[in-house]
Amino acid sequence: MSAWERFLHTFFNRDVIIQYLPDIGKGFIVTCELAILVVISGIAMGFILAMVRAYQILPVNLIIVGFVDVLRSLPPLVLVLLFYFGLPNIGVVLSGFVVLWLVLAAVLAAFAEEIIWAGITSINKGQWEAARSTGLGMTQTLVYVILPQAIRMTIPPMTNRTIAITKNTALGTVIGVGEILNQATTAQSFSSNASPLMVGAIVYVLLFVPIVVLGRWIETRFAWKNA
Amino acid sequence: MSVPAIIKIIDLHKSFGNLEVLKGIDVTLGESELVFILGPSGSGKSTLLRCCNRLEQAQRGQILFDGTDILKPDTEINAIRQQIGMVFQSFNLYPHLSVLGNICLALRKVKKFSKKQAREIAFHQLERVGLVDKSDNFPSELSGGQQQRVAIARALALDPKVMLFDEPTSALDPELVGDVLGVMKDLKNSGMTMLVVSHEMRFARSAADRIIFMDGGNIVEEGPPEQMFDNPQHQRTRSFLQQVGY
Repeated sequence: MSAWERFLHTFFNRDVIIQYLPDIGKGFIVTCELAILVVISGIAMGFILAMVRAYQILPVNLIIVGFVDVLRSLPPLVLVLLFYFGLPNIGVVLSGFVVLWLVLAAVLAAFAEEIIWAGITSINKGQWEAARSTGLGMTQTLVYVILPQAIRMTIPPMTNRTIAITKNTALGTVIGVGEILNQATTAQSFSSNASPLMVGAIVYVLLFVPIVVLGRWIETRFAWKNA
Repeated sequence: MSVPAIIKIIDLHKSFGNLEVLKGIDVTLGESELVFILGPSGSGKSTLLRCCNRLEQAQRGQILFDGTDILKPDTEINAIRQQIGMVFQSFNLYPHLSVLGNICLALRKVKKFSKKQAREIAFHQLERVGLVDKSDNFPSELSGGQQQRVAIARALALDPKVMLFDEPTSALDPELVGDVLGVMKDLKNSGMTMLVVSHEMRFARSAADRIIFMDGGNIVEEGPPEQMFDNPQHQRTRSFLQQVGY
């Protein structure tokens, strides 16, 4: 067996791939489900937090900033382990899927809040003043004048953050969630062959390239000619 | 004062931290009057204007708008603001909305007009400032002078009782100033009550009913333009007019 054949046998073994492709396919579906849930609930929560923060109520803002700073500094793995293995001790038993969803959504919410907040504060004070001077209320100004401008600026960082957090679904491996990486490593152990891992990697690429392209498309679509 | 007062400012005090910017200002603005506020940078003239619709919160004194003290915390400020149009130095048009969208926003969301009604009002105001053909353009596609005229139309659309102008021509190229002043002159002729902070001396002289000269947070003197420009009573007024080359 030549070196090249050995390489193919180890990393791109046709028989192994065919045997474990269905498992990795199941993993792909689980990862997609998690990704969709995490992205929607995380960004929605980040949005709400940023909007609440705009009202500048001191005690509320301290809580928001505290939540955001802690979640941004902790490695998500710590939270995943804490929720999965810690919560049952106080009687709360959640499935690995739910734990992963909650933790990743909360972490994404923290980053999304910061991104949207940065967008809100970057809007010129004159925009607030112009809107308020026509009798628009605080919430109306936020919704119709400030956020439409702020959101355009948040799309590139938000796309990056979405991708980063979705890749963290791989943490499901440590708590037995059958997502792509878990399926791939399990298959690797059973087959004593690295091919399932390669397939897993390819599936990740197939999953994320469209998201990157979508992000860029939204960016150009939402761009407006700047003064 | 023979005409009824629309805005009556009584003993207004405003500080930013330890810096007192307005040290007890009294101004009465009568119906259809155009009052011009002149003064050096830092004299408090913009702050005074911004207190009139509570963009700045004054600490002491009263501002009566149609008899209502707008400084009282329980005053429905959003209802008052609809009746006080404001035009800013930097236009502050909404860049994500078309010219029409800029004018219609408050009409739809504050006045609750239907889309059709709002558009009718917007077109009427755009006609007034001579920009009907720009209704679908975005602010960034307009010159500074055109943007400022749209901003004026946006304020006028709410049918205000008084218009505040905060250095409306200071950010414009000289050749664009005339169009904006032209619109302001038309407005004056149509009977609008106006309070204007600006350095356009010639315009002040020809259009203002009264000129107020401010310095260091106080009103130094006020009077009709002829008196203020030709025969100012105070040394500070004279030296200011000299400095600006008038």
